[in-house]
Amino acid sequence: MRIASALARVPRAARWYVRELTGEAAYEHYAAHARRHDPGVVLLTRREFERRRTDAREADPREGFRCC
Amino acid sequence: MSALRGRTLAVWVLVALVGALGWVMLALARGEEVSAAWMVAAALGSYAIAYRFYSRFIAGKVLRLDKTRATPAERLDNGIDYHPTDRRVLLGHHFAAIAGAGPLVGPVLAAQMGYLPGTIWIIVGVIFAGAVQDMVTLFFSMRRDGKSLGQMARDEIGPVGGAAALIAVFAIMIILLAVLALVVVNALAGSPWGTFSIAMTIPIALLMGFYLRVLRPGRVTEVSLIGVALLLLAIVAGGWVNESSWASAFTLSPGTLVIWLVAYGFVASVLPVWMLLAPRDYLSTFMKIGTIALLALGVVIALPSMKMDAVTDFASNGKGPVFAGSLFPFVFITIACGALSGFHSLVSSGTTPKMIQKETQVRMIGYGSMLMESFVAIMAITAACIIDPGLYFAMNSPAGVVGTTVQSASQAVTGLGFSITPGQLAAAAKAVEEQSLLSRTGGAPTLAVGMSEIFSKVVGGGGLKAFWYHFAIMFEALFILTTVDAGTRVGRFMLQDMLGNVIKPFRNVSWRPGVWAASAIVVGAWGYFLWVGVHEPLGGINQLFPLFGIANQLLAAVALAVCTTLLIKSGRLKWAWVTGIPLAWDATVTLTASFQKVFSGDPRLGFFAQRTRYADAIDAGTVLPPAKSMADMHTVVTNSTVDGVLSAFFAVLVILVLADAARVCVASVRRPAAATLKEAPHLESRIVAPAGLIPTKEEKAEQLATVGAPGEESP
Repeated sequence: MRIASALARVPRAARWYVRELTGEAAYEHYAAHARRHDPGVVLLTRREFERRRTDAREADPREGFRCC
Repeated sequence: MSALRGRTLAVWVLVALVGALGWVMLALARGEEVSAAWMVAAALGSYAIAYRFYSRFIAGKVLRLDKTRATPAERLDNGIDYHPTDRRVLLGHHFAAIAGAGPLVGPVLAAQMGYLPGTIWIIVGVIFAGAVQDMVTLFFSMRRDGKSLGQMARDEIGPVGGAAALIAVFAIMIILLAVLALVVVNALAGSPWGTFSIAMTIPIALLMGFYLRVLRPGRVTEVSLIGVALLLLAIVAGGWVNESSWASAFTLSPGTLVIWLVAYGFVASVLPVWMLLAPRDYLSTFMKIGTIALLALGVVIALPSMKMDAVTDFASNGKGPVFAGSLFPFVFITIACGALSGFHSLVSSGTTPKMIQKETQVRMIGYGSMLMESFVAIMAITAACIIDPGLYFAMNSPAGVVGTTVQSASQAVTGLGFSITPGQLAAAAKAVEEQSLLSRTGGAPTLAVGMSEIFSKVVGGGGLKAFWYHFAIMFEALFILTTVDAGTRVGRFMLQDMLGNVIKPFRNVSWRPGVWAASAIVVGAWGYFLWVGVHEPLGGINQLFPLFGIANQLLAAVALAVCTTLLIKSGRLKWAWVTGIPLAWDATVTLTASFQKVFSGDPRLGFFAQRTRYADAIDAGTVLPPAKSMADMHTVVTNSTVDGVLSAFFAVLVILVLADAARVCVASVRRPAAATLKEAPHLESRIVAPAGLIPTKEEKAEQLATVGAPGEESP
């Protein structure tokens, strides 16, 4: 039983890991963070948020720089 | 309790024995082929012991990681760049950011001295130098809200050391980009298959960029899967192009490729990030992690045996065709990234410290991911050593040594003390469907041949060799081109910053004329060295790779100097040897190499001796091989002058940083009370999270006791 339930968790854990690693979950983190600080906050749309996130790299390309 | 301890002890004794057995088998084997299994055993055994004992000592005794102290991610959490990130996710992030072409290329070139010297340095170097540098830099940057290495040098050492460090980083970036681009040129020249597949990555990336920007913002996983599928299709389609009438259109000479690469570098770096850079980044990260995992799996399953000698004569006589110079100091210079990489200090003092959840996780992220990178280097040197040594030297010697026909190459290889028949050389090229494998210097093609050998043993047999070869070429070229784009942007940013002190508008990073001008200067600078490398009669990799290695190791010296200074200033004088010894070693190795490159009387080794030899010959009106004409002779003279001046320049910059750091260290040893630290204040941490990959019993209990506290959000 315990093994079965552990196995059932694998796909969920894998999905969680990939979403976190690729930054796909970044919007949810932002939304959770903003709501925690101000429940009545007007959130950016996903589209707007992702735009700002990519464009931030324009301003400082050292963020997210990868190595040789 | 004591039974448990007994069992733990038994496990560690076993790990030590496995590792030691691996080392014994590698070191004592003479005359017979050694299985790659022993490489894996020696590496993993040593890593396990080093991680368990040495990194624990550094974490506890030296850095005194404090789980009650809030990290910048916790204190400054803004949900975006400062954000407490799960340790397992951050490990992946950090590893993807530090692993690149360096650890794959360096070890392949170092294999000319046999597998043993390289392997020893990759493993010992990472344990005592590379992983320590990454971990300690990460720690100090984390204590300073994620400040960059340059800023730390300025704040904690002084304006002179800081400025020298900044200029060093910029100059090193230029050489890095030129050498990496040269690796791509050497892999793609005269190869319609490779050139077509790589060219296809541009439309694929544009498509992905459009998808993420317009169609479905933020859906990275699905767009990456689409991208990878298209990429595999592009590799297969490269095979069709190779057979078709299009082949000649994609058969480019090295010179033409340089022009394309420079144009690409410029355009890519001025386009918006979302169009090309961001999607390429996703694509190359997926490919990188996937291929590295495949390679590790392939080596473990196929367990090929090593055909290269443990130590070749080139280790002592310094006359190797791949790069000149003897084992000390050049094996250390050449391996670079796999054992100790200065560039990692830029990542460790960049994004990662802003995302770390708990101070105690510095050990796993900093030390742990560098051990993983070192394992990648072990895979690379294994792949280079399982191919026939004759083929290895035919591929890695400059064209001036092996000539242009399989016959001349076979003779040249015999002259080096190895053997391969012209027929075997032709068959090796045919197996991977390339016109020629002669003088494909730069490491990438050799690695690709090794990988195709390993993969085809596991899947598909000999029939898939050509596919695996081009798969490996694609994977390396893909992320080198991404680095070229990202690196040009970083170089531009630094240049804009520097120029901004003189011409005000440059400081505004979105001022378009400034962006265009700075991009053009950066691309022009690495483009110059790339052009020189391609047209170098003595062989571009042979001449430029040592410069790249020296530059990278000098950057490591700067990072280790900053770390040592900070250890002393923060009252850890007793433990300053932890970074002090690697610093002393690294400075000795690198300054010796610079010294030999500048002052050696041997024209194969010293740039100025080389210059004199060729200049004298020009005066006498004779043409010295491998130069073919008077124009070649003049090229050699110009290039060796530039390279020599650059070697000296790097060394002087680093001596400046070291001297300035020494001044600060001495001052704070004399008057410890006067040392001022720019550390962020201690704030109580509320996050509860394990330090290592697997939570201990106590950590689990602690987590249960504090349900509701912010912390893990994993499934």
